[in-house]
Amino acid sequence: MKNALLMEMRNIKKDFFGNRVLSDINITLREGEVLGLCGENGAGKSTLMKILFGMDVIRETGGYEGDILLRGEKVQFNTPFDALNAGIGMVHQEFSLIPGFTAAENIVLNREPQKKNVISEIFGDRLNTLDYNEITGRAEKAIEKMGFAIDKDMVISNMPVGHKQFTEIARELSKDQLKLLILDEPTAVLTEKEAEALLASVRSMSEKGIAVIFITHRLQEILAVCDTVVVMRDGVVVSEKPASESSVAEISKLMVGRSVGNAEKSVVTDKKVIKETDKTIMSVKRLWVDMPGETVRDVSIDIKEGEILGIGGLAGQGKLGIPNGIMGLYEAGGTIEFEGKEIPLNSPRRCLDSGIAFVSEDRRGVGLLLDESLEWNVAFPAMQINGKFLKKFGPMSWRDEKGIREVTERYIDELKIKCVGSKQKAKELSGGNQQKVCLAKAFALEPKFLFVSEPTRGIDVGAKALVLDALKRFNRESGVTVVMISSELEELRQTCDRVAIVSGGKIAGILPATAPSEDFGMLMVSMVK
Amino acid sequence: MRKESKLLTFITNNTVPLMFILICAVCIPISGFSASYLINEIITRMGRNVFLILSLLIPIMAGMGLNFGMTLGAMAGEIALILVSDWQIWGIPGVVLACILSIPFSVLLGWVCGKLLNMAKGREMITSYIISYFINGIYQLVVLYMMGPIIPISHSTIKLPRGYGIRNTVSLLNMRQCLDNAWALRIGGVKIPVLTFVIIGLLCLFIIWFRRTKLGQDMRAVGQDMNVARDAGIKVERTRIISIIMSTVLAGFGMVIYLQNMGNIATYSSHSQIGMFCIAALLVGGASVDRASIGNVFLGVILFHTMFIVAPKAGGVITGDTMIGEYFRVFVSYGVITVALVMYEAKKRKHKSRTGAELAAAQKEEAVK
Repeated sequence: MKNALLMEMRNIKKDFFGNRVLSDINITLREGEVLGLCGENGAGKSTLMKILFGMDVIRETGGYEGDILLRGEKVQFNTPFDALNAGIGMVHQEFSLIPGFTAAENIVLNREPQKKNVISEIFGDRLNTLDYNEITGRAEKAIEKMGFAIDKDMVISNMPVGHKQFTEIARELSKDQLKLLILDEPTAVLTEKEAEALLASVRSMSEKGIAVIFITHRLQEILAVCDTVVVMRDGVVVSEKPASESSVAEISKLMVGRSVGNAEKSVVTDKKVIKETDKTIMSVKRLWVDMPGETVRDVSIDIKEGEILGIGGLAGQGKLGIPNGIMGLYEAGGTIEFEGKEIPLNSPRRCLDSGIAFVSEDRRGVGLLLDESLEWNVAFPAMQINGKFLKKFGPMSWRDEKGIREVTERYIDELKIKCVGSKQKAKELSGGNQQKVCLAKAFALEPKFLFVSEPTRGIDVGAKALVLDALKRFNRESGVTVVMISSELEELRQTCDRVAIVSGGKIAGILPATAPSEDFGMLMVSMVK
Repeated sequence: MRKESKLLTFITNNTVPLMFILICAVCIPISGFSASYLINEIITRMGRNVFLILSLLIPIMAGMGLNFGMTLGAMAGEIALILVSDWQIWGIPGVVLACILSIPFSVLLGWVCGKLLNMAKGREMITSYIISYFINGIYQLVVLYMMGPIIPISHSTIKLPRGYGIRNTVSLLNMRQCLDNAWALRIGGVKIPVLTFVIIGLLCLFIIWFRRTKLGQDMRAVGQDMNVARDAGIKVERTRIISIIMSTVLAGFGMVIYLQNMGNIATYSSHSQIGMFCIAALLVGGASVDRASIGNVFLGVILFHTMFIVAPKAGGVITGDTMIGEYFRVFVSYGVITVALVMYEAKKRKHKSRTGAELAAAQKEEAVK
């Protein structure tokens, strides 16, 4: 730890359209130091790394405040290429590899060693022939530096996912100027063995003087490999200390722990106690869902009649896959029993017919008819599915315009939807009000069972409280079973009776909402893959 | 069991070529053509068409699909040939001059086409198809009205009687097959146009060499994943434009070779179907929207043209009407393109649903443990 100072961040601040996501971040990094960065989703980790790496979104949204110093000199990266030239490399969560190229070709992508020839003398350097021997040589060197053997001649699309990750790391290592490597959840796709190999290679990089910023949800790894642990929460660094003085329990508490006050109090009020013997309304057995980025593996869960069940977990762990799979929006397998009858998967209509409704997290894409009036939005599914708001005249049915207006106006009133009238177009409303329309739409279906996915994503605090309140009232007054999926644990604990935590595509555990938040934190990171 | 499924995947991967082999195998005996006649015809048509079809390979490599815009190159080649024939430069010098002259037109048209295609990423094929109609309008304007008053045309044999504009057919009699006849070999009654084949061979070598250059590597990278290529610092838009320009220039050369073989230019229709037939031939050879090799080109030309030669005769023998062959030609071209496009999408979807199946299998395996 006596190495020279490599990078320093001073008072970094960033807001997105007035929404503060980072405030006063101070981090220092020495040469060869491994820094572990952890925090819940939305804590600001990714934004911070984007600033450091000079990603376009930062500049496009008005830049940042504060200084980044590299070896004592102030730097400002306008593009990732500036960052690369300064010796910063980043391995993103999504792979950035050409599928049809070999590992070696990917490692030297756009930095291929070339040979001059007659034609390129005339027409310019882009017609230089590639020096395949040199490409192989450089790839071998980078792979050796990494310390984990991958087949340099294998085409990326044939590779197991872990090897792709290593190819990315090797590509960064093949850059001679590399001084600082950012790894964004590098072990998320690795098997246990590969993850160990990765940790070993991080250590060997550190010995060679390369500093590493290591972002992961697997806290054991941070303790195993990092020199320093930085925990972020709500855009602030809440703790920075040597890994040797930290523990998994402490970090997970820091990650989720909020100021214990009102939140804790409201958690304990008005909860149903759910017992094993209660009537099961939906029984999910061995469900898998192929939803990109939200894969679900082997989920079995019994949902009791009349409860509000929360499903939480970190992003990308599969919580969104569960409702989307059951409702048939993504390919799924397994068995679903609803009120004792099996419901076929991959068929949204059958789910709706049985009285299951779904408020999607993608409200603009799936949830709303953006160009239609609120009346249409509220009444359309009810008309389609239940045949409500229709008047029959012989073989023809007419819309019951009056009925539609009445029900829309009732929901506008009840949910306090801010609009100029029931004829306004859905796209003209703000995000929070659009969310309320989505709920009204689901309520108008009068379902027996309601999935609500990320009901509060991207809406402000006031609207949030209203939406959660409406959900709760809907459940308590009409006895409808509600399953609510959310990334915000506190919100789940306030609203739900039980909370299931999904981790690594599986249910890590189900706890009553009154359980302490540290327990939930432990579950969240328990099986992260 | 496994062997069977291997055979099945081979068949599903090569449906189009296999279908054509079958059609040819049935039609050849019915048509009753002699082997030497057939081989002669096929070799002539190979010399005529292969260069044009090879021009399609580079945009496929750059991920821009089948370049219907090669018609633009064909137009450039025609304009060059009209000018050269007006200047009365015949024989091989004429062909060479026409090729050189077509380059500026091709580059300009290719650049326009590339620019437009960059604005319509992901819909290159339909866009380039429509662009070819659009540019056809400009071509007609140039040839019908500007040749004469603005672009000097001195020989009345190629001018319309009214004094300006070009006739429906421009004769290239003095240039006809000059490439094909140079160094021609006759083996057992079969004429082999050696010089044309040498030129084609050189182009093949160029394409193989080109794949190993920095620009070729960039094109392959851009073709497979534009975003990754851009993140790596490759100039994606520029690379795509270059690939279209190269294709257009090569198509221009190809058109000159094609027309010197035919011996005349159908001023207003030579180019209109050429893109369609070249693309159909390439697809018959087993190429797909994102994958095509030199082998596909040769196999495609042989199969496609064998069918063209034998189908009218076979149709005549069966139905008593030779027109059925011409009908067949158009019908099959469009059919092949449709089938190839649909299969390409179907294959992509199949690949997608496979990840689901894998997930289910992995879960089952885990349960057994």
